[in-house]
Amino acid sequence: MDFADALLVSIVTASTPLLLAAIGELVVERSGVLNLGVEGMMIMGAVCAFATSLTTGNPYLGILAGILGGAAMSLLFAFLTLGLVANQYATGLALSLLGLGFSGMIGENYVGTPGVKLPTLDIPVLSDLPVVGDALFNQDILFYIAILLVFFVSWLLFKSRWGLILRAVGENHNSAHALGYNVNRVRLYSVLFGGVCSGLSGAYLSLVYTNLWIENMTAGRGWIALALVVFASWLPWRTIAGAYLFGAVLILQFHAQGAGWEVPSQLLSALPYLATIVALVFISRNRTVARVNTPSCLGQSFVPDR
Amino acid sequence: MTSAPLLEAKGITKRFGTLLANDAVDLVVQPGEIHALLGENGAGKSTLVKILYGSLEPTAGQIVWKGKEVRLKDPAEARKLGIGMVFQHFSLFDSMTVVENIALALPNGQKMAELSRRIEQVSAEYGLPLKANSLVADLSVGERQRIEIVRCLLQDPQLIIMDEPTSVLTPQEAELLFKTLLRLAGEGRSILYISHRLEEVKRICDTATILRHGKLVAHCTPSEETASSLASLMVGSSVKSVQRDKVDFTDAPVLMRLDHLDLPASGPFAVELKGISLDLKGGEVVAIAGVAGNGQSELFDAISGERATAPDAVIIDDQSVGNKSITVRRKLGAAFVPEERLSHAVVPSLRLSENVLLTRHGSEEPSMMHKGVFIKRTKSGKIGQRIAENFDIRKGEPDPHAGSLSGGNLQKFVVGREIDRSPSVLIVSQPTWGVDAGAAALIRQALIDLAREGSAVLVISQDLDEIFEIADRIAVINKGTLSEAKPVEDMSLEKIGLLMGGVHGDDGSIDIPSVQSNAGAAEAGGSNAA
Ligand SMILES: Nc1ncnc2c1ncn2[C@@H]1O[C@H](COP(=O)(O)OP(=O)(O)OP(=O)(O)O)[C@@H](O)[C@H]1O
Ligand SMILES: [Mg+2]
Repeated sequence: MDFADALLVSIVTASTPLLLAAIGELVVERSGVLNLGVEGMMIMGAVCAFATSLTTGNPYLGILAGILGGAAMSLLFAFLTLGLVANQYATGLALSLLGLGFSGMIGENYVGTPGVKLPTLDIPVLSDLPVVGDALFNQDILFYIAILLVFFVSWLLFKSRWGLILRAVGENHNSAHALGYNVNRVRLYSVLFGGVCSGLSGAYLSLVYTNLWIENMTAGRGWIALALVVFASWLPWRTIAGAYLFGAVLILQFHAQGAGWEVPSQLLSALPYLATIVALVFISRNRTVARVNTPSCLGQSFVPDR
Repeated sequence: MTSAPLLEAKGITKRFGTLLANDAVDLVVQPGEIHALLGENGAGKSTLVKILYGSLEPTAGQIVWKGKEVRLKDPAEARKLGIGMVFQHFSLFDSMTVVENIALALPNGQKMAELSRRIEQVSAEYGLPLKANSLVADLSVGERQRIEIVRCLLQDPQLIIMDEPTSVLTPQEAELLFKTLLRLAGEGRSILYISHRLEEVKRICDTATILRHGKLVAHCTPSEETASSLASLMVGSSVKSVQRDKVDFTDAPVLMRLDHLDLPASGPFAVELKGISLDLKGGEVVAIAGVAGNGQSELFDAISGERATAPDAVIIDDQSVGNKSITVRRKLGAAFVPEERLSHAVVPSLRLSENVLLTRHGSEEPSMMHKGVFIKRTKSGKIGQRIAENFDIRKGEPDPHAGSLSGGNLQKFVVGREIDRSPSVLIVSQPTWGVDAGAAALIRQALIDLAREGSAVLVISQDLDEIFEIADRIAVINKGTLSEAKPVEDMSLEKIGLLMGGVHGDDGSIDIPSVQSNAGAAEAGGSNAA
């Protein structure tokens, strides 16, 4: 494996968790819910996946546990924001803090213990391709799931009936209700989907990326995923480009430090957010794009007027 | 009638805080009838039909559907029973296409491409042509109204509730809608019809229920009444007519000038404005007629500053403002009333006094802000109060949230808010959308009075009766171009119809003969105010 190969593999590894969490949050936001608790759901996924795979010795059971961890957190969020109509912003922030603290408690005994690594699935022939072979076709199952999820979400949102309803609920919940749709039920499902994706993303971190449990190991990736959704202007395909761009920046950060570059690493860590701001400016300059893709009811609770 | 009623509402009562919006109202709808629900603005019509559609819960009362008592916990249940509704304030999705909006209201299993074809075909048959792939955000309220209606009809409901479906349609469109409604009633469907246009009620409705201040006051057969007897049943007194004197404008100063205004289309289905020129003189009311979707919203956006144009294309008070913000234009004395009152003209969740501030914070003298930072609430409150008094706004509390006003009362507020400023130039789109006969006369008179005090007033409207009632000059907008504004004496319904379909009348969506055949009906439609 030469340097280019290795670099590409490391970029893909850094990007996959971002992609997983972002594609989930994209669905959540399209339904009009802003869940700022991605970081918390992610880290709960990470710790559940790590602990389970270590105890059972089976990384796939670990993935399942990661999914359940993320989903449980998202159900808590749904209960508070959809059931009790709590403020989505505050609840999301609380969820992030809760996840970080709670996962630290669960993971206390696992600190420093090497985990079970998720095996890679070598796709014959294709994985022998030069440069991209290893990065794209000799990967673990979560990488393939991430890519498939983008296909799936893109189909779901723009080709399926469910997606139409989901987008309608995010665009104007009053109209959706008037047409007879159960706004909060649609939102519950999409929040749950977001939790599952965040859980997968966390599982990837602790089973593939580090293969260790470290407290606070998400290190702000949940926030990058949130920024990524906006950067992608709520379009599934753009999350791939964004995830790889942001992933590359993360990797560049390490290499820059290693190579003794003058660029302060703080600036590089800030890059994804800067890029998001620039993207936001471009989106809002183009009225049609902003109108069509930004869910108008984002962050607003729905209580039918009775 | 001996047949069992389709729907029976008994003792429906709805209380909003201290306000009784519906007070023990009874309503019986027979199969196959077109039943009018009448009443002045704020009488409680929309509240009643929202209860019948399950989107509001009655405080008391029961609903009987085909002989069985039903409890409608949400609109989904009403739709399952076969009740369809055209809302007064639309329930559309702006960022979606027409076909997506309609698909959402129909059962699953439709292919989008097929549905698109069907929509274009059916909507043309109904005389409410729609392009399936245009984005709702790009459409005018008239076109949105068409979507609402077509969507409701495609659902194939047993009971069709229509809350003011014709208030933004042209007479030709309304005429074709009536044909469709009569046909549907002939098939045994029932229609509950709300309108402030009493002539059309007289023509198509079999029975009428009249509400006043939330109470049922009368049942009648509209065809046996006159428009004015209906109006007095509703209001309890008769309606004043609009007074207009003739004025010579040759020496009047030009207060606003549009000079070869071009504006590119904002999207694939939006309209491009091409070389629009118009002089507005102090003292006159100029009206722009046209079928919805021919560039009216774009023109409004360009004049108000929501979209920038070449600097010299819009001149207000001798200053080029084509690329200037709306506040700059307002400071020069201009005021603007957009057509979408609920989503564009006000913030529904803010109080009336706060909504006053939204359009007048920059232009008011003396300022509404302390040191340009703190809001003078007493001042905005007083202005809100004054508007409510002058424009007879009926409300449940002194300073309600804008969203809780009835449609017509909200309309009076958005127009009143700008007229109250005594602007030197007033641009108003659909000034009397959904207001009752009395209030329409009030608003029209206020527009004429404002002009006669020296201001220039530009009215963009689909309502030809209104235009003939108040305009000194009339121009017609068609596919983004504006005809020369001609004095009202030189205009006729036929001429306007011709201009609406393009000068050559080739592929205009309006067929000209129907304009002529409807001329009488259209004239009659407005006589409720006369
Ligand atoms: N959500 C609400 N909260 C408080 N008051 C309300 C609410 N909705 C309606 N009202 C009040 O109830 C009364 C009746 O309103 P409604 O919308 O039924 O009138 P309407 O007959 O449809 O009038 P219009 O012809 O103007 O549409 C009004 O005084 C209005 O202010
Ligand atoms: Mg109403």
